[in-house]
Amino acid sequence: MFNYTIRRLIFTIPTLLFISFVIFFILDTAPNDPTGNLPLTIPPEVREKIRISLGLDKPMFFRYLLWCQQFFVNEPLNMIEQWFNITIGDGDRLRVQSWATRSPVVDLVVERMPQTLWVVGMSYVVGIIIAIPIGVISAYKQYSWFDQIGTFISMLGFSVPTFFTGLLMIVIFSVNLHWFPSIYDTTHKVTDWGSFVFQVKQMIMPVMVLAFFNAAQLSRFMRASMLDNLQQDYVRTARAKGLKERVVVLTHVLRNSLIPVVTVIALGVPQVFGGAIITEQIFKVNGLGQLLIIGIQGADIPLVQTLTFIFAVLIVLFNLIADILYGLLDPRIRYD
Amino acid sequence: MKITNLLMTAAGASLLASTAMAGSHEARGRDGHVNLIYWQAASIMNPYLSGGTKDTNAASMVVEPLARYDENGNMVAYLAEEIPTVANGGVSEDLTTITWKLKAGLKWSDGSAVTASDVVFTGGYCMDPDGGCQQIGQFSDVTNIEALDDVTVKITFGVPKPFPYGPFVGQETPILQEAQFADCTGVAAPTCTDANFGPIGTGPFVVTDFRANDTISLEANDNYRDATKPAFASVTFKGGGDAAAAARSVLETGEFDYAWNLQIAPEILVQMESKGMGTVLSSFGPLVERIMVNMTDPSASLGDERSTVAHAHPFLSDINVRKALSLAIDRPLLVEVGYGKAGKPTCNVLPAPAIYNSTANDACQVQDIAAANALLDGAGWARGSDGVRAKDGVRLSILYQTSTNAVRQDFQALIKQWWGEIGVETELKNIDGAVFFGGDQSSPDTFQKLFADVEMYANNFSGTDPEAYMGNWACSNIPSPENAWLGMNMPRHCSAEYDGLVAEMAETADIATRAELAMAMNDILMQNYVIIPLVHRGNVSASANTLDGVALNAWDSELWNIADWSRK
Amino acid sequence: MTDTTLNEGKGRTLWGDVWDQYKTHKGALIGTGVFLFILFAVFLGPYIYDVDPQYLNIREKNQGPSLSHLLGTDQLGRDMLAQVLHGGRVSLAVGVIAMFISLLVGTLVGLLAGYFKKLDGPLMRLTDLFLALPLLPLLLVIIMLFRDTLRGMFGPETGIFILIVFIIGATSWMHTARIVRGDVLAQKEREFVLAAKSIGTPDRRVILRHILPNVLSPIMVSATLGVANAIITESALSFLGLGFPSDFPTWGRLLFDGANYMSLTPARVVWPGLAISLTVLSVNFIGDGLRDALDPRIRGR
Repeated sequence: MFNYTIRRLIFTIPTLLFISFVIFFILDTAPNDPTGNLPLTIPPEVREKIRISLGLDKPMFFRYLLWCQQFFVNEPLNMIEQWFNITIGDGDRLRVQSWATRSPVVDLVVERMPQTLWVVGMSYVVGIIIAIPIGVISAYKQYSWFDQIGTFISMLGFSVPTFFTGLLMIVIFSVNLHWFPSIYDTTHKVTDWGSFVFQVKQMIMPVMVLAFFNAAQLSRFMRASMLDNLQQDYVRTARAKGLKERVVVLTHVLRNSLIPVVTVIALGVPQVFGGAIITEQIFKVNGLGQLLIIGIQGADIPLVQTLTFIFAVLIVLFNLIADILYGLLDPRIRYD
Repeated sequence: MKITNLLMTAAGASLLASTAMAGSHEARGRDGHVNLIYWQAASIMNPYLSGGTKDTNAASMVVEPLARYDENGNMVAYLAEEIPTVANGGVSEDLTTITWKLKAGLKWSDGSAVTASDVVFTGGYCMDPDGGCQQIGQFSDVTNIEALDDVTVKITFGVPKPFPYGPFVGQETPILQEAQFADCTGVAAPTCTDANFGPIGTGPFVVTDFRANDTISLEANDNYRDATKPAFASVTFKGGGDAAAAARSVLETGEFDYAWNLQIAPEILVQMESKGMGTVLSSFGPLVERIMVNMTDPSASLGDERSTVAHAHPFLSDINVRKALSLAIDRPLLVEVGYGKAGKPTCNVLPAPAIYNSTANDACQVQDIAAANALLDGAGWARGSDGVRAKDGVRLSILYQTSTNAVRQDFQALIKQWWGEIGVETELKNIDGAVFFGGDQSSPDTFQKLFADVEMYANNFSGTDPEAYMGNWACSNIPSPENAWLGMNMPRHCSAEYDGLVAEMAETADIATRAELAMAMNDILMQNYVIIPLVHRGNVSASANTLDGVALNAWDSELWNIADWSRK
Repeated sequence: MTDTTLNEGKGRTLWGDVWDQYKTHKGALIGTGVFLFILFAVFLGPYIYDVDPQYLNIREKNQGPSLSHLLGTDQLGRDMLAQVLHGGRVSLAVGVIAMFISLLVGTLVGLLAGYFKKLDGPLMRLTDLFLALPLLPLLLVIIMLFRDTLRGMFGPETGIFILIVFIIGATSWMHTARIVRGDVLAQKEREFVLAAKSIGTPDRRVILRHILPNVLSPIMVSATLGVANAIITESALSFLGLGFPSDFPTWGRLLFDGANYMSLTPARVVWPGLAISLTVLSVNFIGDGLRDALDPRIRGR
């Protein structure tokens, strides 16, 4: 397993480089333009000059290498400088700059991390906490009332998009009841009980909308997988041995049912960092998802390239973690 | 208002407390905190590096130009003592120079003095060829900017400029502080993140925290030239979401005090307004939603000559067809459906300022399907068995493109139905705004390439002078592969008469004559039906009922007079 | 274990058995009924209720349900019932076809990667690549490259339909692939697979006969979620101007357009939303029933 992990990690590097090139190629080919959202009062010749000042007149391969240099060399050096408070070389190197904000992309990402992790991450955790028990119980009591209602609600959760549930919650809880704010304050700092209560209030709606959506999906996989395992011979054996029902279900069946669930969770974690574009937009959370969508709309190639690449790293990493977890959950799975 | 209170920053709250104790009614910062929401978030505070309206509006609270336009489109001196004119000697007789005088005793927010060299520096900053300045269009024909003394600046133009108020007038070209930006010229311009996020200005507020594409926190400028202003101690400028959400936060939940650009269905806005928490405001500049008629053939089979003047359009080159298309449109209904208070039916592509508004074409206000049908019958376009008119094997089948936007799609649906009633078949196509308005050479979907029969969008001009705008429809501005599709003459309209008027306007200084010329140009375009104007659109914003002093301005930044805003 | 085709006895066939088991699943029967009803409504309904969904009657805009407009009208006075019926055709077709494409690709990749060690690396890295691609710019590229070609070949509606189904299918198979692979990794080490292999069963048979039936339940769940996902994604596409022409109603689009009118004319969001949910629910129950019916352990009980 250890050898496998090392081998996979080494193989990750060329994979990621290739992915980064493909992403860059797609972004560059895409027909949107960094001057597309400017007012039409800015004349076409000026737009052309702006494009040139952004370096768009240079060949694509050159720009890709420039990004590689900025991201893989300059950014890490800069980080080391900041952590250890030292200067390497002349300390004056170009970082990856967003075209729209003219500021380093990595700083923007760091600035947005808290709200994304709080809201999207929390919703994911809540989603998992809700989904696993629901999945387990619905499978154990298949076709009971609990199962039927659970199925109904989770299907509803998945088939009704977040732009609709989010808006519905705002209309009910913000407009009519005035319980929660409809706009998330990213500058809010938790310093005492009052500000903590406010933070909870402003998080509750986006977290619940997303958690509902995530839980719906996860509980379906959990239920299906549990059902498969409950009918296996080893369950009968365990029961015949006189094991307590709780132990049978929670230790043996649950553990063996987790493989598809682990896959889904591992696929979901990079998405947490990717933010939830629609939910962030509806509640004005302005996290990484909103940053990405603004970047895409404005054809801000350095920003989108960097963000997407960070997601790619997370995706590759978490899929590796999932593979390792498979081995731990089911010792029969061997990769060597 | 509970939530608004909660949202206040600690600084705002304490300032509110201290000024409340002072009990003064005239003190700066007496009204505490104000919350603004722009659903498109500001990405930078330097208008020279981003021309987006959201960015220039945000920056207008901090940096100021020599003069602004007020809500009626009149110029008002801001940093300047007065507006230079030929009459007061500020503009030379030959119209090639303009001399501005700064107000005495002006201070930057860091306490240092504003001098003429700051103005000179700002001009140089934008005109630096490596800087990628987005407002360079405002500085066209400027050959020299010099400081005559500490408070006097002279701008020289290479050609006579009948309207010399491009540089340093309006929200696009405010004055930057030389000391702050000295190392940020040319290629270094984009790297000065701190300066671009928090410019030192002369305006009523200073930036305390800038989060790009999210929230800007500002507080009152201690060195602002009027000691009693601004009334608010601090401002939150929140971005993100969509127009409906922004409207809701002002009109329905009361979390915010001011929301910008609420282009949503009028009936929804009316319903929100009925909650009684805020008011919807509108104000009209020169923005016109219009249909551009392609006079050239967009067939894909033409290859490189697609939508170029090499081939005339198979049926839109017939003026009767173009006129019938215009006649079939019910403009008042479009306004009712799409814009409500924020729109007026218009028959001109140049409906404002009022002196330029022609009345020669007003007949288009009334839809006349019968007349349109009669016109087409008369021109020999006979209905086929499928109800679509045709002549000599050419069917009246139109590809109608526009950008993706709920109101535009509603307009497309309505117009498609009306055109159906006069025997014209329409296929609708909508394109993502960033692609449609972007200039990507490889994309077939840009508004300049116009690989369609007609397209719809809105355009206007900055400031109050339409000379450059009307120049858009001169022959030389036709987009084509030769000029990399740069050019704003979408209909590919070309007439010697029109070009003559454009040249004449460039040499005319008298305002009344200029108005006549502009109207004549407008009438040529209208009476040839190469542009079909639909709606004269206004800006529409919402302000909380507790907010006083808001004067919605379509000619400049909507926050142009935020120094005068206060709590009722 | 799963070789039930040999179970001849009284002239019974496999599919007969499957049907017998399927019939006992109440949820599945109701699901089938609802799904058939929806199919009937959207494919035959417009011939019975023959109101033109595109006809604008601006004087009757934003109406609630009434006798002349059973589900009310939208902001341009278009009849909502006609729109829901017409929209359903496209949404159902997109949902089901795109789901099949993504399921087919996902299952194939998952089975191959999980079963053959040599293919695991390359296929999973390909999956990683697809997962990492920025969807929106990719869509813009695809649309730019293919929209006009397809429009020329098949006309505006069919062309866009092919494009959308292809796009949704091609960008949503990765989850299924990874889930199936994870399960296959576990299944192929089970005793019955080893037994099958040891008696020399060819790989193809092992995969189809022994492994596939045992990883069917996550596939069924993916299928159900896939339908919902495809219907919703289609609406997101049209929001971006990448989908069907704007005068072409689909359930997702109706829901999206109606969202802002929620408090003015609630009927506008209730019906398309209900239609999507009912479809997904019924597909889910059909999937449940099918899985049970195809599982010999349950069928035997």
